[in-house]
Amino acid sequence: MTLADTQPQALNFECETGNYHTFCPISCVAWLYQKIEDSFFLVIGTKTCGYFLQNAMGVMIFAEPRYAMAELEEGDISAQLNDYEELKRLCLHIKRDRNPSVIVWIGTCTTEIIKMDLEGLAPKLEAEIGIPIVVARANGLDYAFTQGEDTVLAAMVNRCPDKAPVAETEKEERNAISKLLNFGRKQEEVKAEESEYADHPPLVLFGSLPDPVVTQLTLELKKQGVKVSGWLPSKRYTELPVVEEGYYVAGVNPFLSRTATTFMRRRKCKLIGAPFPIGPDGTRAWIEKICSVFGIEPQGLAEREAQIWESLEDYVKLIRGKSVFFMGDNLLEISLARFLIRCGMTCPEIGIPYMDKRYQAAELALLEKTCQEMGVPSPRIVEKPDNYNQIQRIKDQNIDLVITGMAHANPLEARGINTKWSVEFTFAQIHGFTNARDILELVTRPLRRNNSLKDLGWDKLVREEAKV
Amino acid sequence: MKLAYWMYAGPAHIGTLRIASSFKNVHAIMHAPLGDDYFNVMRSMLERERDFTPVTASIVDRNVLARGSQEKVVDNITRKDSEEHPDLIILTPTCTSSILQEDLQNFCDRAQLEAKGDVMLADVNHYRVNELQAADRTLHQVIQFYIEKARKKGTLPQGKTEKPSVNIIGISTLGFHNNHDCTELKRLMADLGIEVNEILPEGASVHNLKNLPRAWFNLVPYRELGVMAAEYLHTEFGMPYVDITPMGVVETARCLRAIQKILNEQGVDVNYEDYINEQTLHVSQAAWFSRSIDCQNLTGKKAVVYGDNTHAAAITKILAREMGIHVVWAGTYCKYDADWFREQVSEYCDEVIVTDDHTQVGDAIARVEPAAIFGTQMERHVGKRLDISCGVISAPIHIQNFPIGYKPFVGYEGTNQIVDLIYNSFTLGMEDHLLEIFGGHDTKEVVTKALTADSDMSWSKDGLAELNKIPGFVRGKVKRNTEKFARDRGIETITAEVLYAAKEAVGA
Repeated sequence: MTLADTQPQALNFECETGNYHTFCPISCVAWLYQKIEDSFFLVIGTKTCGYFLQNAMGVMIFAEPRYAMAELEEGDISAQLNDYEELKRLCLHIKRDRNPSVIVWIGTCTTEIIKMDLEGLAPKLEAEIGIPIVVARANGLDYAFTQGEDTVLAAMVNRCPDKAPVAETEKEERNAISKLLNFGRKQEEVKAEESEYADHPPLVLFGSLPDPVVTQLTLELKKQGVKVSGWLPSKRYTELPVVEEGYYVAGVNPFLSRTATTFMRRRKCKLIGAPFPIGPDGTRAWIEKICSVFGIEPQGLAEREAQIWESLEDYVKLIRGKSVFFMGDNLLEISLARFLIRCGMTCPEIGIPYMDKRYQAAELALLEKTCQEMGVPSPRIVEKPDNYNQIQRIKDQNIDLVITGMAHANPLEARGINTKWSVEFTFAQIHGFTNARDILELVTRPLRRNNSLKDLGWDKLVREEAKV
Repeated sequence: MKLAYWMYAGPAHIGTLRIASSFKNVHAIMHAPLGDDYFNVMRSMLERERDFTPVTASIVDRNVLARGSQEKVVDNITRKDSEEHPDLIILTPTCTSSILQEDLQNFCDRAQLEAKGDVMLADVNHYRVNELQAADRTLHQVIQFYIEKARKKGTLPQGKTEKPSVNIIGISTLGFHNNHDCTELKRLMADLGIEVNEILPEGASVHNLKNLPRAWFNLVPYRELGVMAAEYLHTEFGMPYVDITPMGVVETARCLRAIQKILNEQGVDVNYEDYINEQTLHVSQAAWFSRSIDCQNLTGKKAVVYGDNTHAAAITKILAREMGIHVVWAGTYCKYDADWFREQVSEYCDEVIVTDDHTQVGDAIARVEPAAIFGTQMERHVGKRLDISCGVISAPIHIQNFPIGYKPFVGYEGTNQIVDLIYNSFTLGMEDHLLEIFGGHDTKEVVTKALTADSDMSWSKDGLAELNKIPGFVRGKVKRNTEKFARDRGIETITAEVLYAAKEAVGA
């Protein structure tokens, strides 16, 4: 495929060597411990893991985080020490200091290699100390970056209660006084509340998002009469959603394939395969798909999308016609590329650590459709990319914006290539209609910055590289 | 197993990578799982490096676990050899490869058959040594490799340089203020009429390592990095070395006198006393500062010091000996070299603390309530919590400790920088204290941060809840914008939906 080739074609999947830079999946503790307020994350690994969290997660370490390393010493590796006794000692310590509602053990490369049976030890220790212990093997042997969240959520799916607890209203009825005082009013409110929703089977959404975004997406669905019965993860471990056989589930992030599989296979839920609510186009497609599964005719979505696009125009005009290259490190790449192509960008390559074509099917279809409608060539999707080769391609193709990890960002900038640090997309609020602007805020930032510097003649700040 | 939240010295491979990426045209290949290459992120961010960090990983994944690395490591080495033509490739083991126990030396030997550059296995054990020890060992290993190679080929140059010259050993990437220190040391040597033969490892080429014995002596400014190499050169070539850190006025003078002695023993007649005198009294401001009334005010004030051996020892001596400050305790995280530290600081502080447990350090700070802390980034945060100001004097450090402006810690300019650092930490603390006694600058209570104290808008419970999730510093603005939005549209009660509709409308 050449750049001059403007005829849209089917998506083209490739796989390279896997020599690429990304974060270790244990980084998920950094946002998950903040999301799940009563949790404690114990990463069972070595100094290497600890040093990564300390450095990559920057200042968060100083806010008395609810996570710690169980640092393995030589005696643990050579099994001179008993794993169970050691873990028990540390977990009791954590229980005493923090009293969490759940301890999540993050298995690492080392526990894999020495075959520490975390899944086997956890139920025993859980019974002994009286705190649930969830095991997630988020290691660099198997996964990349955001997939860490996937392994944690997949483990949590199994902990979701399978029966709704006795409903609040029933409990209240037993209390005669409160019934006398409140009954009439409450009942009306409940009815009014219920009537806003269409009659549909329970829907549980999965994916960890900041609370404001949870509210936004929940309200967005409410406008269509779709009720969100629960969300995995919730703010607290003790509030995990009820999941019964036959419930519907939908993902909000593209890296949650194991969680989706676990919902389907272990809890017999039905997965709504939709594009992800990233960008106004993605959000609309996501809502439409959910509505269509429940047989609801979506109201006012087209207008809403149009209105959002209109409000984005000042940013969109900065990137229209420019090219973007995803080096690939966090699995958000397909959705972001699809949104940016809709904004009028071209995208020769989407690097991605791992491509689940089934879980992302609807997103891939939307990408293909978007390319056709915008009349741009389909990107090549490169799974397990090779960063060295990618940098050669970036130089050859004269890319306007490279979305990449911090390891490459400064060196590329010094060579006059605009970059955006990819990790920011995982920490910024990018979901739903409301946050579309935040995505473009990130994407256009290097372009806006460089616009203000462009007359200074400082774009290449390395000496000519000697050709050997 | 050890419960740990924070560590002062990194894992061993970080030390090896620091050495490898300090040299010019040396590439390190880590035998490591995906995600262990965050060294590149640190170097690129902290040092704001313009070039790609010459570190790649030969990824250990499930297939490697099942079948061993086989050709993978060899292929990665030869591939990098042909792509970038490094002079040397250092295969770097990590914690993962330590337990896999593959024969990495064999991979190196096989790769060497094809590679044009040299290939070497870093001799560091993850479970035995930390970042600093590994760096020291790797630097020694690289020097030894090239000295022996030159010896075998008979290309080892004979004799010394014409004029007195020095190798400065221990300047490395990601070292605390190392690049500024290096400039200052070069300047110092120039003042003394000493030529700089080689600087290691930062910016050095492995081809020049054979020239090391041509210097008249070695200078090792940091205790943690370079002593092994200096010892090796001493045993092999009888090269004397000076390992006194020229940090602080007294220590700088001591270092210069040691250099003077070494040179005079080799038959030159130098006398640096006038230079030391001139610098101390009139160029560096530190001696004058000790005498000034500013410093008088600091007399007997309590301080604690914690960091690596080099910096914690030097700062302790400066505080106690040059400023009359009462160092309640001085501590180090270099447990493996604790005796040296004790010997250095015992007479300058009440107590010596040797630990790498940050909670123990934090508790020790809380216990003595010093007027100022001199420590690492971790102690800075302890200080924040306890409301005690902190000067950062040692790694581990953040991006703000890689200043662009010239801020050496060694030499005479270094003494000036340290005075500022120390003085600013104390005055800020005192100012804070005065403010507290007199109730702050502005004693009038601020009624509301918003411009309109009373609004006629009513907020629903969920709306208010959402508003409270917005970070404090923008909340007022969001509140005003939302209320304006609601007023314009005749909305009476502001719910969460209205809040977000307003956000979309203003495009913020």
